Amino acid sequence: MKMPAPDQATMGDRRRIARDLRRLLVSGALIEEEDERRAYESDGLTAYRAMPLLVALPATTAEVAAVLRYCHDKGIKIVPRGAGTSLSGGALPLEDGITLGLRKLSRILEIDLPNRCAVVQPGVTNLAITRAVEADGFYYAPDPSSQVACTIGGNVAENSGGVHCLKYGLTTNNILGVEIVLTTGEIVRLGGKHGDAGGYDLMGVVTGSEGLLGVITEVTVKLLPRPEDVRALMLGFATSEAAGACVAAIIGAGIIPAGMEMMDRAAIHAAEAFVHAGYPLDVEALLIIEIDGPTAELDHLSIRIEELGGGCGSVTCSTSRSDAERLKFWAGRKAAFPAIGQISPDYYCMDGTIPRGQLPHVLHRMGEMSKRFGLRIANVFHAGDGNLHPLILYDSNIPGELELAEEFGSEILRLCVEVGGVLTGEHGVGVEKRDLMGTMFTDVDLDHQMRLKCAFDPEHLLNPGKVFPQLRRCAELGRVHIHAGAHRFPDLPRF
Amino acid sequence: MQTLAPDSEAELLDMVRAAAADRTPMAVQGGGTRQGVGRPVDALLRLDLSGLAGIRSYEPQELVLTAWAGTPMVEVEAALEGWGQHLAFEPPDLRALLGSRGTPTLGGALGSNFAGPRRILAGASRDHFLGFAGVSGRGEAFKAGGKVVKNVTGYDLSKLMAGSWGTLAVLSEVTIKVLPRPERACTVVVSGLDTAPAVAAMTTALAAPAEVSGASWLPARMAALVGLAMEPALLLRLEGSGPAVAWRARALSAMLERYGPISVLEDEATAAVFQQLRDVAPLAADPSRTVWRISLPPTAGAAFLAALPQAEGFIDHGGALVWLSVPDAPDGGAAQVRAALEPHGGHALMVRGAADVRAQGEPFQPLAAPLMALTARVKASFDPLGVLNPGRMYRQI
Repeated sequence: MKMPAPDQATMGDRRRIARDLRRLLVSGALIEEEDERRAYESDGLTAYRAMPLLVALPATTAEVAAVLRYCHDKGIKIVPRGAGTSLSGGALPLEDGITLGLRKLSRILEIDLPNRCAVVQPGVTNLAITRAVEADGFYYAPDPSSQVACTIGGNVAENSGGVHCLKYGLTTNNILGVEIVLTTGEIVRLGGKHGDAGGYDLMGVVTGSEGLLGVITEVTVKLLPRPEDVRALMLGFATSEAAGACVAAIIGAGIIPAGMEMMDRAAIHAAEAFVHAGYPLDVEALLIIEIDGPTAELDHLSIRIEELGGGCGSVTCSTSRSDAERLKFWAGRKAAFPAIGQISPDYYCMDGTIPRGQLPHVLHRMGEMSKRFGLRIANVFHAGDGNLHPLILYDSNIPGELELAEEFGSEILRLCVEVGGVLTGEHGVGVEKRDLMGTMFTDVDLDHQMRLKCAFDPEHLLNPGKVFPQLRRCAELGRVHIHAGAHRFPDLPRF
Repeated sequence: MQTLAPDSEAELLDMVRAAAADRTPMAVQGGGTRQGVGRPVDALLRLDLSGLAGIRSYEPQELVLTAWAGTPMVEVEAALEGWGQHLAFEPPDLRALLGSRGTPTLGGALGSNFAGPRRILAGASRDHFLGFAGVSGRGEAFKAGGKVVKNVTGYDLSKLMAGSWGTLAVLSEVTIKVLPRPERACTVVVSGLDTAPAVAAMTTALAAPAEVSGASWLPARMAALVGLAMEPALLLRLEGSGPAVAWRARALSAMLERYGPISVLEDEATAAVFQQLRDVAPLAADPSRTVWRISLPPTAGAAFLAALPQAEGFIDHGGALVWLSVPDAPDGGAAQVRAALEPHGGHALMVRGAADVRAQGEPFQPLAAPLMALTARVKASFDPLGVLNPGRMYRQI
């Protein structure tokens, strides 16, 4: 993975920069010692590491602005970081850049239940928001599997999803406002407690911008009333085709479950061995379907889903009779990644989305690739929205296996694009899929995205080297070339 | 004004490229039903997208539809109905309100980002807009997003296009998320409530796990206009399977009894009333009055309306939207409306107003200086020559 060449002058200036930043971070902190900085050298994508020049931990929006203004004046790069749980290397440090950790901005500023929202700082964890309002019957809907650790600022930057986004949407559908600091140190508020954007939906485009447009210092999240009742069904199938057909049949019948997850044989066996969730071991595919709403509705829906499953040839079917049982159904799915960690020294988690109808074809092709690469694979799948998480099993102690796993992963993502899907459903591009952007987008497409970057950060100081395969100067991107051959309008009256 | 009407992507590209080469401003329109929103565009050319029409692919089980941007909304809705699906954001038809003709298009619905009462449960058009192909003001064809329901690859430019009123790029092809149409609907009506208790009752209802899919309040005169009794009406729509709707209606009625007398509208009456709310029918009459669309915190509606005794309005989106009609004034009531909104936060968009008022005033909410500067840079990044709907949203861009 090639990152922009570090600027030697900046690296040589480390002591002076540290002294200046210490002065700006009155209530925050600066991490200078190498052994302490080491804790920040990677995020959830641990295959990539780099030692940050310094780690700044501001404690207020004013301090964030001061650090950004300082870096802007000096031309120093910034890598924003929440909890560092990114699976795409979004918070991978730069050797000549300041890692800007937002964890000290960790207060819930306001809970406004009548307006069904909460105003929180970026370092608040995803789950802490729900914890703060659950006694009043509310919750925050997006639930990435790292929700105990990941922070809302990172969720906004990555537009995080979770198992419930089929019904409730991604982060972008569940926030009302953000405060961001631009590289110049200017503070801009987008949205608020009201609904729609007044002008351009810049909040919409900052969401999922992977820390390249601005630093998020405050988020207003939408709160939803907790559903009265929740139930899960677990259906086993003899083939992944039958399971895929069942998903299509449920959606075709007009039912949008809260979540609909699929696991393949390898994932089922690993999960069962790890947590003993009671999964059937003689099936090729397992569906876990969660429905929520009034109890009367769940009685009605669970029978319909059971029937639809039967019509698609389900070989096992159970419905949770208690919350404990529901959580047991989920335990294996939620522990799928660590469970794979038990049967393989390392695994590499992919994140493409495909049209659901292509699932059998894609699973078949991945099986072929697995043989060809000589690496095992297990699949967990947000079946409702077509978001695949193939886990490639490898051993980093065997020379060349990591590279092989990466090559395998790239081939899977290319396949996702080939069948009409996309490179990433919820983990982000980061550094991981950066060099594959060309499989989905032309240079002209990417130039339009990069010009938006230029509108926010013309010097490419924020998180450079992520998302875009090639860094191009904004002045060059801004030039308008209109070639000869264009028709003109000589006959128009002009005033 | 000369009209250009491309009927292929290639032709569209040619036309925009030519206009850019000549620095010729264009007024971009789909069916032309919302040309009266925003500042009048001072253009020599009209770019009419209605010829770029038709559904390209529709995969009901993938919940995805791709169509040319100029596809009439009725065509989209008819195709979806055949599979028991719909556009969950309830795109409004504003022809009666705006006194316009033409055919509302899919591209127009996305470009304006308006949404009907279901906004509170399903979001606005921006929440259903998955990807697009189009031509920027640079005269270059580009695409963004994807054709699947879950995607975070690259910047979410669909969000930026939604509500940009054709000022950044001309959309040619769009992909949207579609959803199953609910089997049944009913409305719990609480009668006789003034704004403050109505907002309180609405807040109570929306804090309950009833999945209310429309929460609106009408004053007596407007209630009568949509076919209800001549008394203020709080309307709470419930949608879903038969048993769910019946159960929730009972639960909600019990919860709201203390606020006032309750009645229930069944499927057909619910559809009729909510279609009128979606289309802002209660404010359609008397075109001399200026109509504002106010986005504000959900509980602010009562205080906001109380500060404007001359105005008449109804509340939608669970309190987060006020549709307001104000008597004729030189600025269309802009100063008063925005002063009343200021303490609450939010924004006010003049949706219907005289052309000279719109030209001289600021129909879109003025932005704070750093945000205006950023907005101008975003505009310039897509349309550096200012050829697409210049001045429609803001005078300077």
